Amino acid sequence: MTDSTTSSHYAPGTHPDLPPPRRTTGVVGWVYKNLFSTPLNIVLTLVGVWILYLIVPPLLDWALLESVWTAENRTECWDKMEVAEEAACWAFIKSRLTLFIYGFYPEAERWRVNLSFVLLIFAILPVLYDKLPGRRHWMWYVAAFPFLVGWLLVGGLGLAPVETSEFGGFMLTLVIGVTGISFSLPLGIALALGRTSNLPALRILCVLFIEFIRGVPLIALLFVASTMLNYFLPPGTTFDLLMRVLIMVTLFAAAYIAEVVRGGLQGIPKGQVEAADSLGLSYWKAQRLIILPQALKISIPGIVNTFIGLYKDTTLVLIIGMLDPLGIGRSSLADAQWAGLAREVYLFIAVFFFLCCFGMSRYSLYLERKLHTGHER
Amino acid sequence: MKKRTSVAVGALGLALGVAGSAQAATLEDVQARGVLNCVVSTGIAGFAYTDESGEWKGFDVDFCRATAAAVLGDPGAIKAVTSTGKTRFTLLNAGEGDVLWRNTTITFSRDVGVKLRFHGVNYYDGQGFMVRKDLGVSSANDLDGASVCIQTGTTTELNLADYFHANGMKYEAVTIETNDEARQNYTAGRCDVYTTDASGLAATRSTFTDPDNHIILPEIISKEPLGPATRHGDDQWSDIVTWVLNATITAEELGVTSANVDEMKSSNNPEVLRLLGVEGNQGSELGLSADWAYNIIKMVGNYGEIFERNIGVNTPIGLARGLNAQWTDGGLLYSPPFR
Repeated sequence: MTDSTTSSHYAPGTHPDLPPPRRTTGVVGWVYKNLFSTPLNIVLTLVGVWILYLIVPPLLDWALLESVWTAENRTECWDKMEVAEEAACWAFIKSRLTLFIYGFYPEAERWRVNLSFVLLIFAILPVLYDKLPGRRHWMWYVAAFPFLVGWLLVGGLGLAPVETSEFGGFMLTLVIGVTGISFSLPLGIALALGRTSNLPALRILCVLFIEFIRGVPLIALLFVASTMLNYFLPPGTTFDLLMRVLIMVTLFAAAYIAEVVRGGLQGIPKGQVEAADSLGLSYWKAQRLIILPQALKISIPGIVNTFIGLYKDTTLVLIIGMLDPLGIGRSSLADAQWAGLAREVYLFIAVFFFLCCFGMSRYSLYLERKLHTGHER
Repeated sequence: MKKRTSVAVGALGLALGVAGSAQAATLEDVQARGVLNCVVSTGIAGFAYTDESGEWKGFDVDFCRATAAAVLGDPGAIKAVTSTGKTRFTLLNAGEGDVLWRNTTITFSRDVGVKLRFHGVNYYDGQGFMVRKDLGVSSANDLDGASVCIQTGTTTELNLADYFHANGMKYEAVTIETNDEARQNYTAGRCDVYTTDASGLAATRSTFTDPDNHIILPEIISKEPLGPATRHGDDQWSDIVTWVLNATITAEELGVTSANVDEMKSSNNPEVLRLLGVEGNQGSELGLSADWAYNIIKMVGNYGEIFERNIGVNTPIGLARGLNAQWTDGGLLYSPPFR
């Protein structure tokens, strides 16, 4: 037994494990298994590499290596390049950065936007991470957050008032997106419960509302909000345009959320409701303790999907004359000093939206994994 | 909650098809608000754009500022209500804007059908064509079968169809929303021709790396008188906008500029004195202060100053006065007298 130079000396079943074949582990193994395992895979890999080779180096050249970061105007920017217009002129974005972020918010009051953003981070944390110490107390702050920030941004009660028409840029996107997301979820859940309720009047109302909103494009609702409404309100009433947009966006998203949540509710076996009934739980207790936690869990991908859609739909406000980042981009591009740098502007905006939406989708994956409690099929 | 109720009320009204719009006196509204709402473009080079600090600038915006100077005594008291070609009239008619200074061609259907009141012309334009030189085209009549970049919701779209139809030619329309999209499509070669008002063509061409490789064809196929508009039903407000424009033109004709307007107050010319409110009571007849026109010229400038500052030969846009010179210089600008 002590002589182990040849395997034949081992008693059956006592041979120590040999290392796995070299081609199946480590980097080599991964590459072999994932990239070159079959002839088809080899071809696909080579084609993929070739496409990347075609795209990535020129893109890097354009966006980073040869780009110009400081210039006074377009001509100067292009003069600094080897071939004019063949590289990105980020100097333009740099000169407009505050405009892209704050819109037309008065310069002296911009600290309020910054503070709101910090407050937003602190409001999101306890919502996203349930392990945060003292989360229960945080939740009071979260509930107060929309009103606190509303006051901060709009002013009044000691702060200089700022017209909402001066909101713009990424700040406007965040205001609409965050408001829409945070108010449409509870409203959507309520609508979903109403639609599945046994009370006919309530059910019909919810169905009518949901189907009306789903049957009309968001842009039509925004038009109604921005232009038609004034015909019906008493002359002289001013009703803030941003507020109208916020309401419309929230209602719109709520109808979609309601349908997503209803899908989740239908995924819960009837036995669960009956079990709750037999325990003597009231309707609300049954929903809160048994039905909704399960229904919402399976609705997460759909809900986040709706949120991402809503967030991107905020760019539609451009059409009713609110200057979101796209609007700021358009009006900046009309500056004769800089006109013609559309690629830079749109890429910059695309990156911002990608980061936001990618973040949301990653969080939803994390949430799904965390709530994965074993009944996944 | 109260606000949500009004939305519900509004939606109900919409459902019933009740269109009860009552127009209050715009002047009083503006003065009570302290801010003039101008419908402007989302961005047209030289005519309306934002600078680094977020200030609205441009030819149309300056006329908006002139209106604010006359009505409120403060050229900064404006709010730009941005609009695309398709939404501009809806925004104006819905009361979101008090006046429209937005590169807008005066036409019969807009004046009568859309129920607007136009107040004279602040820029005489005409539709032209731009092509690449290497296309070898020297006249618009050679453009049969060309693909044409064209902005939607504008008169240029209709003019183009008329022109090609009248000459028995075909074209393939590449429709776009903004001037910048047109630029991208044109430079990327997705259309052979870009057509819009000649001022816009010149502005766009000035942004190319190789402006010399593009020519603007000699044919101007339309009349595009651009001017301000207001809603029907408020004659006092209409008069104000009309005479704001006339004041800038008259001031240039009489040689009154933002630099010499104070000296001009002691001029010997009675029309200058009437214009500047030293004699007569034209201001109060309009419902404005006596120095309304003085404010325009002092704070914003006369027509020539506004033109040269935003789109004149020394700007990147580089437009000559052309048709937009005073009638005394062979142009079409001709303001009725201040009498």
